[in-house]
Amino acid sequence: MILVYLIAILLTGAFLAWIAGIWSPLWSRIISIVSLSIDLILILTIVSQPVLPGNKWIVDINLEWIPQFGISMHLALDGLSLLLLILTFFLGIISVIISWKEINSKVGFFHFNLLLILAGIIGVFLSLDLFLFYFFWELMLVPMYFLIGIWGHENRTAASNKFFLYTQASGLLMFISILALYFVHGHSTGSYTFDYIQLLGTKMSKSTGLIIMSGFLAAFLVKLPVVPLHNWLPDAHTEAPTAGSLILAALLLKTGAYGLLRFIVPLFPSAAVTFAPIGMLLGVIGILYGAKLAFAQTDFKRLVAYTSVSHMGFVILGVFSFNEIAYQGVVMQMIAHGISTGALFILVGQLYERIHTRDLNRMGGLWEKAPVMGAMGLIFSMASLGLPGLGNFIAELLILIGAFKASILMSCLACLGLIAATIYSLRIVQKVFLGNKNYDWDINDLNVREKIVTALLVIVIVGLGLFPKPVFNIARPALLKTLDEQREKSFQDQGISKNENPEKNISFFQISKLYFKH
Amino acid sequence: MTVTDFLSLAPLIIIAIAPVVIMIVISVTRNYKVVYGFSILSFLTAFASIFFIVPAIPHSIEPLFVIDIYSLFFLGIIIFSALLVTLLSYDYIKQLDGVREEYYIILFTSTLGASLLAVANHFILFFLGIETLSISLYILIAFQRSKDSSIEAGIKYLILASVSSAFLLFGMALIYTALGTMQFNGIVSALGESGQLSPLVISGFAMIMVGIGFKLALVPFHMWTPDVYQGAPAPVTAYIATVSKGAVMAVLIRFFFNIRGFDNRSLLIVISGIAILSMFIGNLLAIRQKNIKRLLAYSSIANMGYLIIILLTGTNKGIQASVFYLISYIITTIGAFGVITLLSTCKYEAEKIEDYKGLFWKRPWVAIVFTLSLLSLAGIPLTAGFVAKFYLIFEGMKAGLMVLIISMIINSVIGLYYYLRVITAMFSPANETELPAISLTGNITLCLITISILILGVYPGWLIDIIMKFVNL
Repeated sequence: MILVYLIAILLTGAFLAWIAGIWSPLWSRIISIVSLSIDLILILTIVSQPVLPGNKWIVDINLEWIPQFGISMHLALDGLSLLLLILTFFLGIISVIISWKEINSKVGFFHFNLLLILAGIIGVFLSLDLFLFYFFWELMLVPMYFLIGIWGHENRTAASNKFFLYTQASGLLMFISILALYFVHGHSTGSYTFDYIQLLGTKMSKSTGLIIMSGFLAAFLVKLPVVPLHNWLPDAHTEAPTAGSLILAALLLKTGAYGLLRFIVPLFPSAAVTFAPIGMLLGVIGILYGAKLAFAQTDFKRLVAYTSVSHMGFVILGVFSFNEIAYQGVVMQMIAHGISTGALFILVGQLYERIHTRDLNRMGGLWEKAPVMGAMGLIFSMASLGLPGLGNFIAELLILIGAFKASILMSCLACLGLIAATIYSLRIVQKVFLGNKNYDWDINDLNVREKIVTALLVIVIVGLGLFPKPVFNIARPALLKTLDEQREKSFQDQGISKNENPEKNISFFQISKLYFKH
Repeated sequence: MTVTDFLSLAPLIIIAIAPVVIMIVISVTRNYKVVYGFSILSFLTAFASIFFIVPAIPHSIEPLFVIDIYSLFFLGIIIFSALLVTLLSYDYIKQLDGVREEYYIILFTSTLGASLLAVANHFILFFLGIETLSISLYILIAFQRSKDSSIEAGIKYLILASVSSAFLLFGMALIYTALGTMQFNGIVSALGESGQLSPLVISGFAMIMVGIGFKLALVPFHMWTPDVYQGAPAPVTAYIATVSKGAVMAVLIRFFFNIRGFDNRSLLIVISGIAILSMFIGNLLAIRQKNIKRLLAYSSIANMGYLIIILLTGTNKGIQASVFYLISYIITTIGAFGVITLLSTCKYEAEKIEDYKGLFWKRPWVAIVFTLSLLSLAGIPLTAGFVAKFYLIFEGMKAGLMVLIISMIINSVIGLYYYLRVITAMFSPANETELPAISLTGNITLCLITISILILGVYPGWLIDIIMKFVNL
C-alpha cells in the first residue's frame, strides 16, 4: 500500500496547501514541504529494506479499478523507479524552498499545482498498467500548464499553450498505440488487459510492432525531447517560474527517458532494435544541435534550456545502445542532469530576482559582487560540461562507452558533444560571472536559504561523481531484467537462440573498478 | 389501455400533468417560488417513478410505445438533465420582466416531447415527439421577448426546424409507401423480405437522416446552431444542447439499430462522412470564436460528430459506449452552460471570452467548475470526458474504424486549443467587471456537476457496470 500512500499524501497535501493558502501563504508552503518530506522519508525506508534477489519489483500492488476493460491500479517499484522517486521528492522540496520569495501571489494555488504535478510524475514512474500510466501522463500536464501560464514570465500564455498542445497531441498518439497493443494482445491470447506484465510477451509481426511502437515513441520523444520535436521546450522552460523550469527540466523530461526504458525496450524488443540506428542518430543530432543552439543564446534561461536538449541526446543514445553500461549511464544521466540543470535554473532564478533580466549581454563581472553565487555557477557549469568528479561525467562517459560497443561512429560523433558542452558552459561562466562589467549591478550575494539549497545540490552532484556505486547497485537488477527481456524476445523473434549472441557483455564492474583506480 | 400500460408510462404522465397543474396555479395566483418548487418536485417524482416501473418492463404498447430498459435509461437521462436545467434557471428567469412562470410550463412540454422520443417505436410517435419538442423550443428560445437576438434565434430555429421536420415527414412517408409499415421493428422485417433496398427506401432513409442531422446539428445541417445557441437564454441553450440532442440521439440509435443500418454500405459511408465533417468543421470553426456560446455551439457539433461514430460499430457495446459518452457530455455541457447562466443576468449575457478574464481570481469556485467542464469536453484525465472519450475510441477501434478514430484524435487536439483559450482567459489577471451573486440552488447544481464529473472521471466502473448490465437493444 505504501505506493498508494505516496500518491495519496501528495494529493491530500495539494488540497490542504490550496485551502491553507487562502489564509496564510506560509502554511501553504509548510504543508507542501511536510507532505514531500513524509514521502521522501517513506521512500528512504524502502531503500534501507533488504531486497529479495531475483525479484524485480521491490514493492508491487495491484488493485481493481475498471475491471470491465481490464484496467487495474497496478503500481510497482523497482530500482529504476526508486531512484527517480527519490529524485522527485528531493527536487520537490527544493522547488518549494526556491519559490519561497519568488512566488507571492496565489501561493495556495501554486503549491496545489506543484504537488499535483509531482503526484502525476510519481504516478508515471510507478504505474504498471498502461491505462493508469496514460492517466498520470496526462495528469501532469494540466497543473504544469497552469504553473507556466499563471506564474510565468512575459510570453507565458503562448509558451504554456505550446507545451500543452505538443505533449497532448503526442500523448494521444501514445494512447492509440496503447489501445492497439491492448487489442493485439487480446486477439492473440484472449485476455484483454492493460497490465504491463501481461502485455510484455505480446507477439506481433514486425510491422505491427513498429507502428504501435511509433505511437509510444512520439510521446516519449516529444517529452525527452528529441531534436525535430523539441520546439516546445525552450519556450516552456524560459517562460516558466523557476520552480516550473526546475520540475520541467529535472523531472518531466525524465518521464520521457523513463518511458523509453520501461516501455519501448521491453514491450517492442525487436522493433526497438530496428529503430535503434535512427534513435542513436537522433541522439547524436540532439547532442550537437542542442549544444550549438545553447551556445547561440543570449537569454541565460534559454541557454540552459537548450543544454537540456543536448544532455537528453545522450539519454536516447544510451537507450538504443542496448547494453548495461550504457543503461547505467542513462540512469546516472537522468539523475545528474536533474540535479545540475535544475541547479542552473535555480541560479538563473536567483539572478533574475536580483537584476530582473536574463540577458547575458547585460551581465558580466558579477563574481565580485556575489562570489558565492559565482562559485556555485562555476560548479554547476563544470558539472554540465562533464568535469570528472561530478555526476554528469560518469553518466556521459558510461553512455559513450556503451554506445561505442553499439556503434563506433555514433559514439565518436557524440564525443564532439562534450567539446561543445565545454564551450557553452565556459561561456556561461565567462559572460555572467567573469568578463567585463556591462552594467554596474548592485546585488547581494546568496542568502542563507539560497545557500542551503545550492549547497545541498552541490553535495549531491559531487556525491554522485565520487560515490556512484549505490546508484548503480540500486538500478542494476532492474536494468539487467530489462535488457534480458529485450534480448530474449528479440532473439526469439528473429529465430536466433541466445547462445549465438556474438556480443560479449563486458563486465560493467570491471570498468567501474578501472575508473576508480585512476 | 390496461393498468400496466398506464403504470409503465408513469414518468411521461407525470410530466404531462405537471404543466397543467402549473397553468391552473398561475390562473389563480402568480407565485414564482411555488411554481419553481413544484417543477423541481415534479421532475424528481418523474425521475423516481422510473425506478418503480423497472419490474414492469420490457413492456410495449402496440403499436406506438416500447418501454424497455433502454428507453428507461434515456428517460432517466432526459428527465435528470431537465431537472438540472430547471435548477439552474432560477435566478436567470426570475429577473425577467413580465411572464416568468410560463417558462416552466414550456420546459415540461418540451421534456415531454423529448421523453416521447425515448419510448418511440413508431414513426408517428417519433414525429409527434420531435414536433412537441421543437415547438416548445421555439418558445423557449424566444422567451426573452424584449431582446432582438432572442427573437431572431427563435425565428431561425422555427424556420429551419420546420424544414427539417418536413424532410423527416417526407422520409417517413416514402418508407411507408415502400414497405407499408411505420413501426421500427416492422421495417426491418419488411426489409428482410425484399432483401434489396429499393431507391424509395434509400431516399426515405436519407431524408430521415437529414431531419435528424438538423436536430443533432451535424454538418452540413449545422448552420442554425451557433446563432440559436447565442441568441437563446443561457439555460435554454443548455437545454437544447443536452436534452434535445440526447433525446434525438436516443431515437436515432434505436431506429438505426432496428433497421440494421450498419449492414448497409452506402449508409455507412454517408454517416462516416458526416461524422468526419462534423468533427473537423465544428472544431475548426470554433477556433476563432470570441463568443463562448458560439464556441460551445461549434464544440457541440464536433461532439455529435464523435458520438455518431458509434452507429457504425453496430454492436451493443457501441451503444453502451455512446450512452456513457452522452451522460458525460450532458453533465459537462450543463456544467459549462450552468456557469454561463449563473454569471449572466437578463440584462447582460456573460458570453464573451473577455467576460471570463480573471474569473478564477474573482470567483474561484465557479471558475473551477468551468475549467473542469472544459477540460472534460477536451477529454483530459480526472474528468468524465476522458473516460467517455476513451470508451468511444475503445469501441471504435474494436470495430476497426481507424480512419474515424484518427480523425477524432486529431480533432481532440484542435479542440483542446480553443478550450485552452477560455481557460487561459479565466486564469489571466482580473479586470473590473461586476459579477452577479450566485444563488444557493445554483451552487448546489454546480456542486453536483463537479462531483459527477470527477467521480465519473476517477471511478467510472460502477456506471459502466450499470450500463453494460442494462443498456441493450
